[in-house]
Parts: sequence; C-alpha cells; structure tokens
Amino acid sequence: MATQLLVKAAAVYKDAPSPVVPSVAEIIVGLVAFSILFVLLRTKAVPMFEKAYAARTSAIEGGMERAESAQREAEAALKAYTAQLNEARGEAQSIREEARVQGAAIIEDLRGKAQEEATRITAAARASIEAERQQAVSSLRHEVGALATELASKIVGEALEDQVRQSGIVDRFLVDLEKSEK
Amino acid sequence: MAQPGFVPPSSADFFFNPAVGSSILATKPVMLLLFSVILISAFFIVSARKAAVVPSRLQFAGEMVYGFVRDGISRDVIGEEFQRFVPLLFAIFTFILTNNLFGVIPLMQFPTMSHIGFPVSVTIFVYVVYHFVAIKKKGLGRYLKEMCFMPGVPKPVYVILAPVEFLTYFAVRPLTLAMRLFGNMFAGHLLLLLFTLGGQYMLKSALFVKFFSILSFGLAIGLSFFEMGIQCLQAYIFTLLAALYIAGALADEH
Repeated sequence: MATQLLVKAAAVYKDAPSPVVPSVAEIIVGLVAFSILFVLLRTKAVPMFEKAYAARTSAIEGGMERAESAQREAEAALKAYTAQLNEARGEAQSIREEARVQGAAIIEDLRGKAQEEATRITAAARASIEAERQQAVSSLRHEVGALATELASKIVGEALEDQVRQSGIVDRFLVDLEKSEK
Repeated sequence: MAQPGFVPPSSADFFFNPAVGSSILATKPVMLLLFSVILISAFFIVSARKAAVVPSRLQFAGEMVYGFVRDGISRDVIGEEFQRFVPLLFAIFTFILTNNLFGVIPLMQFPTMSHIGFPVSVTIFVYVVYHFVAIKKKGLGRYLKEMCFMPGVPKPVYVILAPVEFLTYFAVRPLTLAMRLFGNMFAGHLLLLLFTLGGQYMLKSALFVKFFSILSFGLAIGLSFFEMGIQCLQAYIFTLLAALYIAGALADEH
C-alpha cells in the first residue's frame, strides 16, 4: 500500500510544476497588477487621505488661531474702550471747566450790565433832578421878579411899570444880586 | 484494496487549469489577483474621495488602514523622508493583505501569494526601489563601499564580511522577502487542504472513522483563524521589511 501511495504521489508530483520556480507569466501579471494598483492608490487615494489629514491639522490649528485672534481682538477692544472712557472723562472735565469759566463770565457780564444800568438810571435821575431844579430856579426867578416888580410898583406907582419893563431893571438887579451872593 | 487510498494534498493542488481557453489570465490565482486590484483601489478611492475633516464611517475605515501604514510603518521606520514612500508601502501592504486573506474567504479560499510569481513581482518592486534610492542618494561607488566595508571592523574580517554583505543586499534580501511570504502562504494553505481533504476522506470511510472527521474539520476551521493571523502578519512583515530596506538605503551609515 505504501508503495502504491508513493507511486501515486510521484505521478501527481511529476505532473505539477515546482512550486518554488516562479512562472514568468505570473511575475509579469503580478508586476502589471501591482503597478496598476500602485498608480491608482498613488494618484487617487493617497493624495485625498493626505488632504483630509492636512485639512484636519489646519482645522485644529485654525481653531486655535481663531481663538487667539479673538482674544487679541477682545484685548484691543478693551484697550480702546478704556482709552475712550479716559477721553470721555477728560472731555467731561474740560466741559465742566469751560462751563465754570463761562458761568463766571456770564455772571461778570451781568454784573457789569447791572452796574451800567444802575449808573445810567442814576445819571438819568440826576439829569431830571437838575432839569427840575433849573426849571424851579427859572420859574422862581421869574416869580421873584414879578413879585418884586409888583411890590415896587405898588410902592413907587403904576407909572414906573412900563419903564421898568423896557429897561430890564429887574434883571440887572437880579444879576447884581447873584453876583453879590457869590 | 478496492477503496482508493488517501491522496494527500500536494503542490499540484496549487495549479489550476484556465477557466476558459488556455491563457494564464483565466486561471484562478490571476483572476483573484486582478480582482484584488479592483477591490482595493475601489475601496480606498471611494473611501478617500470626500477627504472630509470629519470622516464618514467608510472614510474612517480607509484612513485606519492608511494611517497604520503611513504612521505605524512608514514614518516610524523611515523617518523624515517617509512621505515619498507611503504610496508604495500602502500599495504593498493592501495588495499582499488582500491577496493573503483570499485564502480564508469562503468561495475564493486561495491565497494568491502562494504562487511564488506574485511575491516575486512585489519583491522586484521593493528591490528596484531600495537600490535606486540608495544609488540616487549616495552614488553607486559610495553605496557599494558603505555596503561592503562597514566602519569599525578589523581589516581582515572584510575578507568574509564584504562578500556576505554584498550577497545580503543583492541576493539574500529579495530571496528571503519573496520566499517568506510564499512559504507561509503555501504551507498554510497546504495545512488547511490537508485537514479539509482528510476530513472529507474520513467522512467517506467506515462509521468509526467518520467521527474523526469532526476533529479534522474542527482543526481546519481553527487553523483558518490561525491562518488569518499569519496572513495579516505576513503582509505586515513584508511591508515593514520593505520600509527597513528603504530606510537602510537612505541612512548615511548602516
């Protein structure tokens, strides 16, 4: 039986090619198939995988960058806000200062005006008093002349009346009187 | 001796007649090989097509394999210049892995790489690439000199060392690379054949022997899972060694 097996096996082995001797046709087929696979993966698959990797990396880095820039922006905004606040404070201060100055000026102005008004009123009053005095003086003078003349005519007689009127004796008398008073 | 004796599986079981005509293109291994090219390229092209930042499940699956070859093998072994060799290593890994796994996938059940011609063709690629890279980087003279006369060795030792190193680079490496893959796949498939055919044979035998066929089939199933592990491992080793050879070619001194 053993010999039979051996014979059988030998028959089988004789038909089959050696498994360790490569068939040239298969090598060529293998080379071609592998080349096709290599080219396909290299041009279609690998770049896309790398693209996904790069996109992922940049997405992570981009996210960090965005966060950083947001922080920078926030800081800048805060700085700007603080500056604006300071500026506003300064402005308010200057406005207050200006208002105070303006207020003082207005008060000064009003005071001046009031003073002027007072002066003017006083002057007007004084002028009117003077005018009234002048009027009183002249009317008094006139009346004094008339009374004196009347008195004198009563004393001297009626005849003198016309002559006195013509020669201005009374006026001269009064002038002399004033002169003597001085 | 009415009953024919058990015919053990042999290397003859690895050779198929063409399905149609007489062209080698119509034999099972070649068809499996071409199918693997379509399968791999379709899968990875489709899964990578969108290149989304947030990957779909398909893209994630593709990226997992790609990332394993890219980062786990290429970058870790080659270092700085790894990116150039990623497509090659990626193609090698997926090509060998898929063709190996055909050995345990029902209905296919033939590891294409158990035909030595196919490991040889992939090895030719690696062989050409690592020599080309080294010669391009160092020039032929310096490459050969560094190869044969590694520094820090007493002069007389070079008598033995130089030929050994030379043979290593030009004959041993490609031979072992191709033979290791072929041998593992060949032996694994033969083992599975043995237990499957043995079980089948015992099933046809006397009642008492039939029970042993259960054991045989069980072993065949168990070994299939074991084979799956070996198939993945061999694809990994082949790719890793290819990366190592390239890294050695790029290194200034070895």
